[in-house]
Amino acid sequence: MGNAKLWGLKKSPWVFHVAAASCNNCDIEILDLITPRWDVERFGIVLVGSPRHADALLVTGVLNRKNLPRVLRVYEQTPKPCLVIGIGSCTCHTHMFESSYNVVGPYDKYLPVDVYIPGCPPKPEAMILGIVKALKRL
Amino acid sequence: MNIVKILFQYVVFPGFIFTGVVGLFLTWIDRKVTARIHWRVGPKWFQPYADFLKLLLKETIVPEGSSKTLFLLAPLFGIISMSIFAVMLFSMNFNPTTTFIGDLIVIVYLLALPAIGIVLGGSASKNVLAGVGASREMTQYLAYELPFLIAIATIILKAGGSIKFGEIILAQQAGGPFLYSISGVITAVVILLTIQAKLSYVPFDIPEAEQEIMAGPYIEYSGVALALYKLGRAMMLFLLPLFLISLLWGGFADWWAIPKFLLIIVLIVLIKNTNPRLRIDQALKFFWLGLGVLSIIGLVFAYYGL
Repeated sequence: MGNAKLWGLKKSPWVFHVAAASCNNCDIEILDLITPRWDVERFGIVLVGSPRHADALLVTGVLNRKNLPRVLRVYEQTPKPCLVIGIGSCTCHTHMFESSYNVVGPYDKYLPVDVYIPGCPPKPEAMILGIVKALKRL
Repeated sequence: MNIVKILFQYVVFPGFIFTGVVGLFLTWIDRKVTARIHWRVGPKWFQPYADFLKLLLKETIVPEGSSKTLFLLAPLFGIISMSIFAVMLFSMNFNPTTTFIGDLIVIVYLLALPAIGIVLGGSASKNVLAGVGASREMTQYLAYELPFLIAIATIILKAGGSIKFGEIILAQQAGGPFLYSISGVITAVVILLTIQAKLSYVPFDIPEAEQEIMAGPYIEYSGVALALYKLGRAMMLFLLPLFLISLLWGGFADWWAIPKFLLIIVLIVLIKNTNPRLRIDQALKFFWLGLGVLSIIGLVFAYYGL
């Protein structure tokens, strides 16, 4: 990637939140990131409402047969380059839903996931660390 | 030589590049003040430039089934009209006696073009939410244009029936700014709230209501096209307060214009951060029954010379 492109991407990663059948704990912890205590807008991170505007997808929840095509569709709709950040233990493996008939497995079978942030739900500090690691990998 | 000079005026100073750079800086002021009101730290000063650069270098997706030409041309409406508007505004303020015929009617049309660009882009993108946003933008345009036009008529009346921008500024330099009178204050309030709606800031951000219809007309835009929309909005944030200063507060050809300008920007950001969003029917009622009546009262005051 070119230097200017990389700098722009690192300084203003806009994130889109893909809630793929999560239990809402991770989603609420994500919203903590934009409160005064953590304030990730300092680093240019903004939550956007449309995948077309996004540079990073925050995926939460376990992948199942119903939402797999939808998650893939959202990924296809996002302009590239885009990061995929898995938030919560559900995305790393299948967590407590391992033996469920409906679960189709972890995300990296289907998507190029850049970083996993384990935890149920992960702390906001852990999410910031994960995003920093993902941006360093670029 | 003349053509080079004119091109320089439209493209570099005070047209496209100057207005764009200053406008992006003003969006940083907006975000920083918003953050401080929320008791947050807020982004660094280069944030809007980083956003703009990133969007320029990203992939631009044209959605399947949309009207491709219109979809990609729509963001240019706002930028082109704002560049022309910047040149008119600066030349009228710094040499009000030139023969350049810049009248208020042209400016009213130029200020309508960004809204038309948003409506066309939203309708061209073949997305339900973008369609809803475009229809709301159209309704809101009809709503705020009525008090805005009456306010413009008040200013024309106060300038002694002249629709030329330069003569309005000369009249203020001769007889003091129009703001220092009852009708002037009423007109300033009306134009300030209209600016809020033209910028689609809260409480009038109905077309792009984030919690209801995501990003409204911009929902399908990505990459360069989205960057151009953002730039057009930033240019409006720079030019509309200057327009208010030159119509009512004696022009901006002296250093006093800078504190006046910052005061108006901070007022806009404060209104943005202390109000909830209206519904589209409430906005229409507010503009037609509230501000419409208020601006007519201002017109009557101006007729009796108050």
